[in-house]
Amino acid sequence: MMSWGAPLTMVDFFTHPFMVRALVVGTLLSALSGYYGVFVVQRKMSFLGAGLGHAAFGGIALGLFLGVQPLWVALPFTVLVAIGISWIRRQTLLSSDTVIGIFFSVSVALGILLLSLKSGRSVDAFSYLFGSILAIDTLDIAATITLSAIAIASSLSLWGPWAYATFDPEAAKLEGIHTGRHDMMLTSLIALTIVVAIKVVGVLLVAAWIVVPAATARLISTSFRGMTLVSMGVSILATLVGLMGSWMLDLPSGALIVLVQILIFVPSVIYQSAKR
Amino acid sequence: MITVKDLRVVLSHRAIVSDVSFTLDRGDFLALLGPNGGGKSTLVRALVGLQPYEGTISFQDSATPVGYVPQIKTLDRTFPAQTRELVATALKKQWPWTMDQQCRDVVDKALERVGMLSKADEQIRHLSGGELQRAYLARAIISTPKLLVLDEPSAGVDMTGASDMLEIVEKYRKDVSATVVMVTHDWEIALHHATHVMLMKQVPISFGSAAEAMTDETIRRAFGHVGHAHDVMGGSTHHG
Repeated sequence: MMSWGAPLTMVDFFTHPFMVRALVVGTLLSALSGYYGVFVVQRKMSFLGAGLGHAAFGGIALGLFLGVQPLWVALPFTVLVAIGISWIRRQTLLSSDTVIGIFFSVSVALGILLLSLKSGRSVDAFSYLFGSILAIDTLDIAATITLSAIAIASSLSLWGPWAYATFDPEAAKLEGIHTGRHDMMLTSLIALTIVVAIKVVGVLLVAAWIVVPAATARLISTSFRGMTLVSMGVSILATLVGLMGSWMLDLPSGALIVLVQILIFVPSVIYQSAKR
Repeated sequence: MITVKDLRVVLSHRAIVSDVSFTLDRGDFLALLGPNGGGKSTLVRALVGLQPYEGTISFQDSATPVGYVPQIKTLDRTFPAQTRELVATALKKQWPWTMDQQCRDVVDKALERVGMLSKADEQIRHLSGGELQRAYLARAIISTPKLLVLDEPSAGVDMTGASDMLEIVEKYRKDVSATVVMVTHDWEIALHHATHVMLMKQVPISFGSAAEAMTDETIRRAFGHVGHAHDVMGGSTHHG
């Protein structure tokens, strides 16, 4: 976030290294979140984003407590939580929201406890809660590019099986798709995306950041392919506009990005209502 | 031909299906009847490979594809998709990102067979229960399987829809000499269409022609009473 007295131009925007970093990270991550969001929304697992976001908070707090780079702790921590959620959901009679709620609470409780034991790190934690483009460093860029490469490689071959298992898990199983394994892989990749995205959008809004573009796309799409492309487009657009707004208006990036997403979502709701 | 020998399915340490053995030839039509929770759906899920089992299930031609029309329970009706895409999953083995002309032609031919070509571009959420079942049937028969398995295809479908579905299945069975296995609660199907009937209540109560399998005794053992059978069969059940 920055304050400026003089009028700003697009050239100013691109001359600041932190802004270029934010744009690179933001664009890649929003493409990923738009892509994964369609599966989250269509599988009615919107609460998963919130659960994994708060799990990431627990992991970040653990990293801050141990005095190591939070990303390195939060990544495995959140993926383990994602695998735990997926495994317990399949092995027990508990519903998704119950299992996610349990992990959500445990992670937040752990995070609060660890941060209270490590006084003086609450400022760091604050930027993770609300998102800050100033906090994006080269490690985040490296993590984002690596994650994007993994996601793009997997997505090219896994969109079809994932979409099929989303539509009808039984039918997908009949065609030889290992739905359990795929669920775990998808949840883990969503977890990775959320952890890396937390610096841009913050723990509190990361769930909305994943869900809103996909929900918007659902309202105006007649095919799952279309829904995926629209979701990615809306997500990228909202992130770019939100990041620019954050820089120009000196406001938290996460909040602005989600509000821009909502600005696109509302006309979509009106459009679908008018069509009915 | 399909041969099932000593089939047993155990779930959570409880035998849901046991001691199932039967042989069906090409062109045979087996109606599986029994009370709810009697293991009929579990048995057909084992037949199509969705359920682990003990025992043996062997097909004369192991390369023969199996067509399966499930109970429409697990699909997401809000999924943004057209009927054509749903049917194409049988060819692509995944959700299609795109469809070339050859794929479209094959899909459209299958839709035509079930009288659904006019609904090819329809969103699946706009299909009636009967239309959706026929779309699933198109998907099941797209590769011309020699074994067609249907799990309560008339569930949630009105009488006309159920009758249309049965007519299409019968025509397919005769056209390609396919073996049909159908879970049903419709006694008319067992009496007037099936070549074989199996009454099931965890274990097979009876197996044979309708006359052999559906006696007062077997129906009482399967359902606990004979009442409905008498209504359907005009007041008296068969006695072998």
